[in-house]
Amino acid sequence: MNAQTERAERAGQPLLEVEGLRQHFRMSRHYTVKAVDDVSFTIHRGEIFGLVGESGSGKSTTGRSIIRLYTPTAGRIRFCGQDVSGRLTAQQTLLLRTRMQMIFQDPIASLNPREKVIDIIAEGIDIHHMYESRAQRRDMVLAMLRKVGLAPEHADRYPHQLSGGQRQRVGIARALIMKPDLIIADEAISALDVSIQAQVVNLLKQIQQETGCAILFIAHDLSMVRYISDTIGVLHLGHLVELGTTQDVFEHAVHPYTRALLSAIPRPNPLLERDRPIESYDCRAAGVDYTKGTLHHLSDTHLLLATDEERDRWTRGA
Amino acid sequence: MDKQELRLTPEEARLTGLSREEYTDSNFAGHSYLHEILITLFSNRATAISLACIAVIVLMAIFAPILSPYSYREVHSEATNLPMRIPGLEKLGIFDGTRAGVDQYERHGVPDEYHYFGTDNLGRDIWTRVWTGTRISLLIALLAVALDVLIGVTYGMIAGFFGGRADLIMQRVIEVLTGIPNLIIMMLLLLVMEPGIPTICLALAITGWVNMSRIVRAQVLRIKGSEYVLASRTLGSPAMRIILRKILPNTMGQIIITFMFSVPNAIFFEAFLAFIGLGVPIPMASLGTLINDGYKSAMLYPYQVLLPAAVLSVLMLSFNLLGDGLRDAIDPQMRSM
Ligand SMILES: Nc1ncnc2c1ncn2[C@@H]1O[C@H](COP(=O)(O)OP(=O)(O)O)[C@@H](O)[C@H]1O
Ligand SMILES: [Mg+2]
Repeated sequence: MNAQTERAERAGQPLLEVEGLRQHFRMSRHYTVKAVDDVSFTIHRGEIFGLVGESGSGKSTTGRSIIRLYTPTAGRIRFCGQDVSGRLTAQQTLLLRTRMQMIFQDPIASLNPREKVIDIIAEGIDIHHMYESRAQRRDMVLAMLRKVGLAPEHADRYPHQLSGGQRQRVGIARALIMKPDLIIADEAISALDVSIQAQVVNLLKQIQQETGCAILFIAHDLSMVRYISDTIGVLHLGHLVELGTTQDVFEHAVHPYTRALLSAIPRPNPLLERDRPIESYDCRAAGVDYTKGTLHHLSDTHLLLATDEERDRWTRGA
Repeated sequence: MDKQELRLTPEEARLTGLSREEYTDSNFAGHSYLHEILITLFSNRATAISLACIAVIVLMAIFAPILSPYSYREVHSEATNLPMRIPGLEKLGIFDGTRAGVDQYERHGVPDEYHYFGTDNLGRDIWTRVWTGTRISLLIALLAVALDVLIGVTYGMIAGFFGGRADLIMQRVIEVLTGIPNLIIMMLLLLVMEPGIPTICLALAITGWVNMSRIVRAQVLRIKGSEYVLASRTLGSPAMRIILRKILPNTMGQIIITFMFSVPNAIFFEAFLAFIGLGVPIPMASLGTLINDGYKSAMLYPYQVLLPAAVLSVLMLSFNLLGDGLRDAIDPQMRSM
């Protein structure tokens, strides 16, 4: 597996390629929720990819399909050069469960209340037998605690004896101990106080720089996404409507949905804030049908989901 | 849009606090989950008293028949229906073995015997019989509830965890089972099989596990979708590890609570079966058969029914109060219910 991973790396292949991912939930014979509908993007090694969109737009579902908590309805997911979207071989499962990790939204709900911090963090190395002795296990956990800014004393605590920010750090340590290539952070900061959010975002950024892992950073708070991401994808109703570098999306946004999202960001300057125009967007009222659109390259890095006519109209307006 | 407005520089980010400060707050350390439960449990007076009552009754059930000079089954036709006689108290004029001013012990020619709870119509010592009966009632209840737990937890765990079609079928089976009045199932079973402790346990468990399985299934469904189970799955946990490490420990509280409420239920049902004549075979005694026997002469010798009934009531009340206290301690959100 390692040889293969290295080969993929040498060939300059992206770490994660998602092509035409669809995740549908059949609710009854007559009704299917299309949570994710034809989403494609790539994440390179060491890249921080921000996935934004309003609540219910399919961000979490995208993340969970990629890490195979769900079985994708259609589409291809390549991770480290391996197709991990279909039936998984034992070796592919191992790849997915070790090299890809997830950080969850709710720092309370994502830690088992009956386990001590040390056992929570050591879960991955327990399952995959990644240590020789109890002492080595403890050392590995303590090193992780230090890395995420917790003290060794926290190892023997229970989750309810920690603060929200501390709990989220435990969640990060649990993912990090596997030395993953890709971390999916699903709204990892949304449930935290604003002051703690900055700490955790800085921690993620620091970790990314030290370990060189890539991060799929799912959020609805655009200012944090702008601060941390290299690339940003905008998701709406299960469709990826715009994709580009942080600069593309924040300074040359074309899609009306992206522009509406951006216009909703409050500005720290009260004079500007007073006259801030808020753009509203309702795709049905605007007569936009995402299934009719195709991906248009606005530049090498900047993609837009639109029909030809829509593209012309929107780029003219921008 | 002006970029400077939104992007935080590292210096600005630092203003919000160092990202790697080491917190140590020692005031939280120490208490384990179990410790906290015990503290809550014993700070509730009703729970503490009921726990003490249960302890006393269990100790009496174990030791009283051993220490008693009388056997629970030996018939003494000369000393029938003796009233209560307790050493010490007899000097105060109560429980002195007299009825209507006549010392019954002298009259029956056993002036040196002390039957604390008197004797029944066959001259058997009721004190010994009550505690032997308590012993049997507790034994039946515990065995039956242990069976409940074994079947109910396994069934609920499988139905909840694996879900899908298996769950669908398993829930239909339960519906059919609960559709038939459980008294009929019990009575049929008791008529078909030869009477005895195992049969009664089986009869109690055959419908008793349903409640346990429902509670466990509901818990499993709740926990299965929780983020810590998802996190465990993304780490590659096998199903067995998820069940043993995540689901079972988080369901244990509910299992214990249900267990505590099932015990008095089983004691009551056993007594009820005994009362309608489907109890343990004579000369064995359970609280139910004792009440049944005593009830026949309740007008003449009320103590023969009141004493076993009192033990039964205290036992059931204590288990229910203990269950309540445990629920409060284990699952504080349920307190208002
Ligand atoms: N397991 C599921 N079954 C059915 N519908 C689901 C499921 N998970 C998500 N959905 C639906 O898919 C849509 C996208 O949900 P989600 O990915 O959680 O959005 P987000 O994370 O962007 O808020 C929502 O409409 C949600 O109701
Ligand atoms: Mg979400």
